[in-house]
Amino acid sequence: MTGPVRPVLLRGVRPLGGPAVDVLLADGVVAGLGPALDGPDGAELIEADGAVLLPGLVDLHTHLREPGREDTETIATGSAAAALGGFTAVHAMANTNPVADTAEIVEQVARLGEMAGLVDVRPVGAVSRGLAGEQLAELANMARSAAAVRVFSDDGHCVSDARLMRRALEYLKPFDAVLAQHAQDPRLADAGCCAHEGELSGRLGLAGWPSVAEESIIARDVMLARHTGSRLHVCHVSTAGSVDVLRWAKERGIAVTAEVTPHHLLLTCDLLAGYDPVYKVNPPLRPAEDVEALRAGLADGTIDAVATDHAPHAAHDKDHAFADAAFGMLGLQTALGALIETMVEPGRLDWAGLADRMSVRPATIGRLTGHGRPIAVGEPANLTLVDPSASWVVQPDALASLSRNTPFAGRRLPGRVLATFLRGRITTRDGAVAAQPAVRA
Amino acid sequence: MTRHLLSAADLDAAGALEILDSAEQMDAIQHRQVKKLPALRGRTVVNLFFEDSTRTRSSFEIAGKWLSADVINVSAKGSSVSKGESLRDTALTVAALGVDALVVRHPSSGAAHRITQWVDCPIINAGDGTHEHPTQALLDAFTLRRRLGDLTGRHIVIVGDLAHSRVARSNVLLLGVLGAQVTLVAPPTLMPAGVHAWNCSTSWDLDATLAGKVAGDVDAVMMLRVQRERMGTGSAGGGRAAVGYFPTEREYAINYGLSPARLDLLPEHAPVLHPGPMNRGLEISSIAADSSRSLVLDQVRAGVAVRMAVLYHLLAGADQEAGRTGEPHPAQAAAVSA
Repeated sequence: MTGPVRPVLLRGVRPLGGPAVDVLLADGVVAGLGPALDGPDGAELIEADGAVLLPGLVDLHTHLREPGREDTETIATGSAAAALGGFTAVHAMANTNPVADTAEIVEQVARLGEMAGLVDVRPVGAVSRGLAGEQLAELANMARSAAAVRVFSDDGHCVSDARLMRRALEYLKPFDAVLAQHAQDPRLADAGCCAHEGELSGRLGLAGWPSVAEESIIARDVMLARHTGSRLHVCHVSTAGSVDVLRWAKERGIAVTAEVTPHHLLLTCDLLAGYDPVYKVNPPLRPAEDVEALRAGLADGTIDAVATDHAPHAAHDKDHAFADAAFGMLGLQTALGALIETMVEPGRLDWAGLADRMSVRPATIGRLTGHGRPIAVGEPANLTLVDPSASWVVQPDALASLSRNTPFAGRRLPGRVLATFLRGRITTRDGAVAAQPAVRA
Repeated sequence: MTRHLLSAADLDAAGALEILDSAEQMDAIQHRQVKKLPALRGRTVVNLFFEDSTRTRSSFEIAGKWLSADVINVSAKGSSVSKGESLRDTALTVAALGVDALVVRHPSSGAAHRITQWVDCPIINAGDGTHEHPTQALLDAFTLRRRLGDLTGRHIVIVGDLAHSRVARSNVLLLGVLGAQVTLVAPPTLMPAGVHAWNCSTSWDLDATLAGKVAGDVDAVMMLRVQRERMGTGSAGGGRAAVGYFPTEREYAINYGLSPARLDLLPEHAPVLHPGPMNRGLEISSIAADSSRSLVLDQVRAGVAVRMAVLYHLLAGADQEAGRTGEPHPAQAAAVSA
């Protein structure tokens, strides 16, 4: 860290889009909130002019690629992308090399996150050793480690074996941890399946990834969650049928939560017609009917959270024929804009609703104290300041990620992150990283 | 004329007929002792093949050579993903050799399409994954036209692994453009996703279809190859054996093979086509394959003429549009050298 943090006075901000007030950040917390506050001597003044103040965004699903593929992203560059996107905490997925399946690896990821110092990096532990789906990883050791892992996932792979899934759900109970399932029955959608199974995949000759491969796993898993009484979280829900199953389960009080990605809320599978793998993602982009069901599910709370599934890839992993290219797209710096466009501007979520889905509930699911809190005196100052009337054009070269695989290149997105605050410290300001990350040891 | 030939959908009726008519002229060369036209003299055509294909590669090679182009075969099988080189790097490397046209065969759908984004010369799709094989559709149409005349209103039945067939996709598109009616026949497991939206009718019942009870009298039947490696002998997911698309080859042959009895269901004038290589005894009986109705070898021969026409139109056609002094039309050239 870089010494004592200078207090910040935000003048004329609108917490959760409400009436304008002044907000003072000092000693890592919200120290004052009200009309015409006076800042202490030396406080940094930000004239916010009606900008919206949100709790810092929390991402449940981020691929930071370190250790293993530092040519495509590092914890430091991914942290910068996150902070610039308005995030104050991210969950780093376990499919690194080596896999985050021991206490040593998750502690190292957490430590690198602390050194970068821009967002809280919360490691996700693997459910199965090596993500192989055969034996449990050392779940308790990871949960009890200094990294205090509370989210476990084999993301990229489905925990398809019902027995393993049941055991993992049961075993996690002492830690109040959640199992985040990548729902993809590998018998119905194997690794070669790369496009939503439908009229377009048939015409393009791309191996179809049928909706039922996701829905059937979610249906099984909510029953396992009911049977075990454990917490289940469903990653990147992509189909209308999945929303139906989740709604059914929630009506019965089953402890299931779910996330949706910005790209599944904004893009449809029609984009695949040009065979450009920048649109190749897992689960695949779906038709407009599914997109509408996802928006409705997020609006009514059936889907709890937005998660980016930020997945950096080098150009040489995408410069192939569609079927041979890597799955995944960038998301950290475009998530907020995509959500404003799809949910806030059409009136499906207000700012409080957006804060709930992008901060409050993700923090609750990840058992992340200090994030997703009310904007009130005494609360940790993990905050994001957004100008909702501004917009920007996504330029891949201008993103902080080491990779360029954004599906939104050239697209105008609404809303600009003016500043992000981590425990009262400015991490980004006007689209630039404000605090230099600490030098690597 | 289209700049590339990636899909049969790149051709409208006029464009398709232009190529088919040119191919008739090109075909005449096969009767000559000196099989050479000067149309593409000084041009270099590269056959960039990422998967094995003796017949398509040979056909393009002969077509280019008979038009006096320099034809180079580059076998890039396994050079791409497995060796870590991207498709883009492979394509740029080959293009940097100085080529005038690329003929691309690739096991993944859309590969030729991708290459057009990186390489600035005409690209011909010689088969991409389970997507399309437009020159196969052209040679099938050429063969059918020779036997049946104008294809308008003709009813063509295509039978087999439609889900994975690039030949079927291109044929449905091209035959539709040419005014023919198409019926696809396969068990439900081998029907493509979303086939209801295609310009064709479908049936699970080959006997009824051939007897004219599904979509009217049949003018030709095309049997597709059953790709055994795809049909359930390999393994997939979790090390378990793949579940097949049908129970046994025996059952497939009995229900969807062109048996002598089914051959007799066809009207007298209706020919039998197969893109090859044939699995005799599986999708087609030897009696059907060797009957006088079989056009299998006519199709192979048509392949050379059609590919000559495609190369000519894409290469010489681009010249004329660019205002360069084009070679004389091959028909005139043929007259000169005859």
